[in-house]
Formats: sequence, structure tokens, C-alpha cells
Amino acid sequence: MKPLSLALAAGLFASVSGAALAAGNACTAGKTLTDGKLTVATGNPAYYPWVADDKPESGKGFESAVAYAIAAEMGFAPGDVQWVRTSFDEAIQPGAKNFDFNMQQFSITPEREEMVDFSLPYYTSAMAVLTTNAAVSNGVEPTVDSLKGVIWGADANTTAVPMLMEIVGPDRDPMLYGDNADVTAAIQAGQIDAALFDLPTALYLAAVLVEDGTVLGQFPADRSDNPDQFGLLMEEGSALKPCVDAAITALTDSGKLAEIEAQWLQEATGVPVID
Amino acid sequence: MSFLDIRGVTKSFGDNRVIRGIDLSVEKGELVCLIGASGSGKSTLLRCINLLEPVDDGEIVLDGIDIAEPGLDPRPVRQRVGMVFQSYNLFPHMTAVQNVMLAPRRVKSRTPAQLEEPVRALFRRFGLESHMDKYPDALSGGQQQRVAIIRALAMEPEILLLDEITSALDPELVGEVLDVLRQLRSDGMTMMLATHEMGFAREVADKVCFLNEGQILESGTPGEIFTAPKHERTRSFLARVL
Amino acid sequence: MSLPPQGAAPTRRAIYESRLRRRSNLIAAGSTAVIVAAIILLVPLAPGWEAVKKSFFNGSVFARTFPGLLEAFLLDIAIFAWCAPLIAVLGLAIALCRDVRNPVLFPLRAFGALYTDIFRGLPVILVIYLVGFGIPGLGLPRPWNSPYIWGSLALIVVYAAYVAEVIRSGIDSIHQSQRAAAQSLGLSEADTMRYVILPQALRNVVPANMNLFIALQKDVALLSFIGPVEIFRQAGVYKSLMANFTPYVGAALIFLAVTIPATRYADYLMARQRGQR
Repeated sequence: MKPLSLALAAGLFASVSGAALAAGNACTAGKTLTDGKLTVATGNPAYYPWVADDKPESGKGFESAVAYAIAAEMGFAPGDVQWVRTSFDEAIQPGAKNFDFNMQQFSITPEREEMVDFSLPYYTSAMAVLTTNAAVSNGVEPTVDSLKGVIWGADANTTAVPMLMEIVGPDRDPMLYGDNADVTAAIQAGQIDAALFDLPTALYLAAVLVEDGTVLGQFPADRSDNPDQFGLLMEEGSALKPCVDAAITALTDSGKLAEIEAQWLQEATGVPVID
Repeated sequence: MSFLDIRGVTKSFGDNRVIRGIDLSVEKGELVCLIGASGSGKSTLLRCINLLEPVDDGEIVLDGIDIAEPGLDPRPVRQRVGMVFQSYNLFPHMTAVQNVMLAPRRVKSRTPAQLEEPVRALFRRFGLESHMDKYPDALSGGQQQRVAIIRALAMEPEILLLDEITSALDPELVGEVLDVLRQLRSDGMTMMLATHEMGFAREVADKVCFLNEGQILESGTPGEIFTAPKHERTRSFLARVL
Repeated sequence: MSLPPQGAAPTRRAIYESRLRRRSNLIAAGSTAVIVAAIILLVPLAPGWEAVKKSFFNGSVFARTFPGLLEAFLLDIAIFAWCAPLIAVLGLAIALCRDVRNPVLFPLRAFGALYTDIFRGLPVILVIYLVGFGIPGLGLPRPWNSPYIWGSLALIVVYAAYVAEVIRSGIDSIHQSQRAAAQSLGLSEADTMRYVILPQALRNVVPANMNLFIALQKDVALLSFIGPVEIFRQAGVYKSLMANFTPYVGAALIFLAVTIPATRYADYLMARQRGQR
């Protein structure tokens, strides 16, 4: 399955890669796991809108598209990009990594920076409240006061947990889960009223996974002292980091990053702000 | 009609026909000894009378009631028929006196206060008053077996079934248990005793039955059986054990 | 046992045994010291040691997270405290179902067998998911859909199956002659079980049940999968926020602080019981 789709992807981008002889630019030489190849890690599974259809090699989905754009900036043809899958724990475990960089909505925090390297941010996310229409008709309102009183849930592996405490400060201790699927199961079971996610994830879950789901509203990124900024995760002391940062800076300056964001995350702009 | 009438009783375990048609009468106050080789059916017959084993066929008439009737509630019968086992079977987690009081309390709804005096009297009578509060493992085999007899007597049975009650005892302890039986006999207790103690059977039994392969081959007074056995098998059995 | 009475001179055997003991203690202490020294000296030489130390044995992370872990562990204790008695009661009931002798009550017996087969055959986490998310998903109103209720119930039904098997083995270990003796006295089946068989059976299986409850103490952490933030989940949150596994080590230490004494005590009970036989 994977080799086939890889081959497909390689074919798709054949015109772009053209007759490039050596992959990578001067900056990346000798700094990647495999010379001439860029190994990128994503989640298992990877969710929309970050990766479309759990197929990162398609170039579809925000993170997948950003990965190929960064790769291109660093001089790698799409055919030289290889994908691997890791969990969060695998990404942070000590020892040699099996990826050059790992992108799965990792929020940059000072504590994490002590253990691993992050690139410059490639996206700054608002946080959003995922709930159900049933909860809304039961009186859950998009105000902080109303939200304090509900039972909250969050993915324990995300920075949504401290965000929730900081922005909302719920009256009751929140329930925490191992992954998105469990959070949605708890919403479905009526065990929690609302869950905090980054906005694009919340939109996806409300539209696809949670029956009767809706996004109540968003807390804009500037609401928090530590807004949720996503960075590429690399091994502590990674030699590749300057190259990646240069690529992201270039993409930001050229407006390419904003273009990709507009293509994949445009829905995020229509969600009401919670006061 | 006798106090206990056993008529045509049979009992099989699978293909093993352990009792093959036994007829036997026991009168009130009689001591009947069952003798015979191991496996001849003595124990099984006693267990059938106590309804621990359901009989296949035949009648066991106790004081006019056929207790072998299938589906009969065995508990009222067992209250009237006491049983003592070869391996004592005291309840190890209870003291001697708790062993004795359990059934009167649970079955006859007596209170410990009601039981205190009669139970103490039984222990005193059989020389165990100082051992009442001991656990079975602190008692000798002979003492345990005497407690087991007291336990059966505390239910005031009309007949006592004793299944090789001295077989598990060290030889020097056999005497104290047999002494208890002598006392009971002089009280007029009706008893059936499966035993290998031929000397004792000869001394105290009113009737001796020789069992062979699930049948009573011959029965009679101790004099008839021990001095003038009619059957060759009885003679050879006695020759082996005497 | 081989100790001589106080004041008396040691026997030849006592002298021999104490010499033997001294020698084996020396050997044990020596070999332990060698292994510990090897670990302390050699492991840090491994090229990845610095990274592992920073990730798993990070002093400042430990200090920052340990109090929070201890607090979260209170929830583990609470869940254990309300599950354990219910497990004991349900386990006993199932064991008694399986021991029913009356042919009329065969369905009860079959139910007991099916119950233990099913719940011993399923991974605990699966039952927690199915019961913890599934039953509330049927539309129960609050507070009856709480993950605490259904998650605990999942633990209870699974562990009751194990406890039932242990109790049943205890019942089976009581010789038939005890039942015969009780029945010959006119006791009913129920009284025979209650006053004669069970007191002996339960006493025999105390150590085995202790081991089950130690396992339960650890499996309480599985409830975190359906929401409750107990120690395992709290450690996970810290791990995620700090990208550091040290909180798991802290959680492990807290578990050990409880389970090691409990395990030793169970072993002691077991040894004492063997001594009594």
C-alpha cells in the first residue's frame, strides 16, 4: 500500500522534480538521516485537515502541504520526501530518531524545548470548544462564565490541558483522554459537555467524528499568554534546525505559508469568538 | 415391626454393585455390628441409612416411615439418625464445643444458653470437659473421635451409626473410644457399628452381621458367628482377622 | 526452629548452620555489590545515558511533578477502596453460583461458568472501554453515566470473575467428608456452606486473593483511559507538557511503595499458611 502510494506521489510530482540530480541544498548536506532524502514523521493516524485521508504523501492537507513546501525550500524534490509514523511518546523518547523532523501539531513550550528542538512556528492556532447541539440546547453558552460550569474533557497529550485551566478555569476537574477518538466517545456518551482542541481539529471532529457535534466558539490565539504555536519537532541539538528555520522564514516571507493555510484551514476563520 | 427395617436395599456406583440386596432388622436398644472385609459394603450401608447416599432400590423403614423413598427431604431423618465417621470429620475451624453446638443451634434453633448445660454434661461424662474450648488439632485422635460422638449425641438421635470409628486411631487410643460405646450401650442407645474390632463385637454386640460382596452372608449372636460360623467365607475371614 | 533453648550451649547442628548462613550471606552480599557496582559504573558509559537520564531521571522534573502525582494517587486509592468490597461480594456470589448442586438450579451454575469464562477471557482495558463508554452511550442521564461508575463496574465484573475462581478453588479444596459430616448432622446445604465449608475455604484463599487485589491496585490506572485523571493519566499530562518521562518513574515509585509491602505481606501469609499444614 505505502510503496504504491509513494510511487504514485513520486509520479504526481515528477514534472516538478524534473531532472534534479542531487537532492538537498548546501545547508542540508550530510545532516539528514539518509543522504539526499528527507524523512518526515506524522501521526498514526493523521487527521484532516492536517493530512488528508491519512495519506501524507499526497501533499494534501495543511501539514502535508507545508512539509513538501519546506522540503522544496531545502532543495528536496517531492520524490525525496519519505514519511514515517510515530506516536507522541516515540517522538520525545531519548535515543536516535527515525525522522528528520516530526510534524503533528506539536505545540512549542519552554519545558518541551529543554528536551527536544522545535523549529520556528508554522502555525498559530486558536483554541476552540467542541460540544454537541444537544449540550447547546441544554444551555451551554459561548461565554466563559457558562463554560466554567460544564464538565470538560481534553486530550491529555496536548497543551489544551493547561490552556483550559488558564482560559476557562472550570469549576470541576476536567476528564482527560489518550486520544481524540476517546474524547469524542466521552462526548457521545454524555460524560463530558465540551472539549478543548486547536481550532482546525475541533472543526474536523465536529464535522466528521462527533454525531450532532458543533464548535461553540473559539478563543483567539492572543487570548493566552502562551498561544498554541505549532513547530516541527527535531532531535535535541539537531543540525538540521537552522536549515528548517530558514525554510520556514522564507515561506512566511514569501506568503506561501499563508497561502497553504488559506487553502486548508480557511474554515477556521468563520468561528465566533468567545468573550 | 422392628425399629429399623432394611428390606432388599441395593446400591451401585456406576457398574460397581456395592450393595446387592440387604435385609436387616434392628430393634430399639440393640447394638448391631457389621463385620466383613474392606469393600464388602459396610460403610455404604451406613451412609445409605443416613441418606448420605441415595439407595437404588429397596426400603429402609425407620419407626414406620420409609426413608428410602426418592425425593424425601433427608434432613428430618438425619436429625434422628446420628453418624460418626472413621476420620472424625470435626470442623477444624471450630472449637470442640462449637463443633458440638453447631447443629443444635442451626437445625433445632437452640440458643447457646439453652445448650450450655446439656453439652457441658456430655463433655464431662466422656471425660473431655477440660478440652471443650480446644481446636481439633490440639486434641489427640481418640479425643477428637469422642468429640465427634458427642457432636452426634447432641442432636439426641434415636439411632447412632458408627463407621469404623476406631480404624484411624493409634492402638493405645482405641480403648477410650470403645469405652464410650460401652457407656452408650448401657444407656440403651440403639447403634449400628461397622468395625474390625472383633473382640469388642464379640463382647458387646447383640447381633453380628457378616457382609460379603454387598450381601449379608450370615448373621446371628456373637456366639453363633464367632464360634460356629456356617459359611466357609465367614470362617476364612475370621481366621484372617482373629 | 533450630535455635537452642535460651542459655543452653548451641548444638553441633546450630553451629554448623550458623556457619553456613554466614557464608551464604557473604556470597549474596558480594555478588549483589558486584552487580550494583557494574550497573552504576557501566550504564553511564553508554553513549545514550545522558539523554536517558535527562528523559527518565530528571531531578527537577521529578521534584516539580511528584506532589501532583501523589495527589492524583489519592484517586487510585479511592477507586480501589470502593471497588474492592464489591468485588469480594460479587466474586463470592459467582463462586456460590458455580457450586450449586441442586439440578433444578443448573441455569445458575451455567451462568456462573459462563460469567467467569467471559470475564477472565477479556483484557480488562477492553471491558473498561466497552462498559465505560458503551453503557453511558445508551443515553443515561447524569450522574448515572459517570465514567467513575461504569469504569469501576468494569473493574468489578472482571476482578469478581478472578476472585470467584479463587474462592471456588478454595471450596473445592475442602474435603467432601466435611460436607458429609455437616449433612449427617441435619444441616441444610446453605448452612453447610455458610458455617462449615466457606469459613475454611475463604481462609485458605486469603493469600491468593491478596495477590488479586494487588493486581487490582495497579489496574485501577486503566480507568484513566475513559477520563478520570488518576496518577497514570496525571503522569501522562506531565510527560506531554514537559516532553519528559520522569513523571512515569515517579508514578512507578509510588505504585511500588504500596505494592511491595502488600506483596511481601501476601507472601508472609502464604508461608504462614503452609507452616500450619
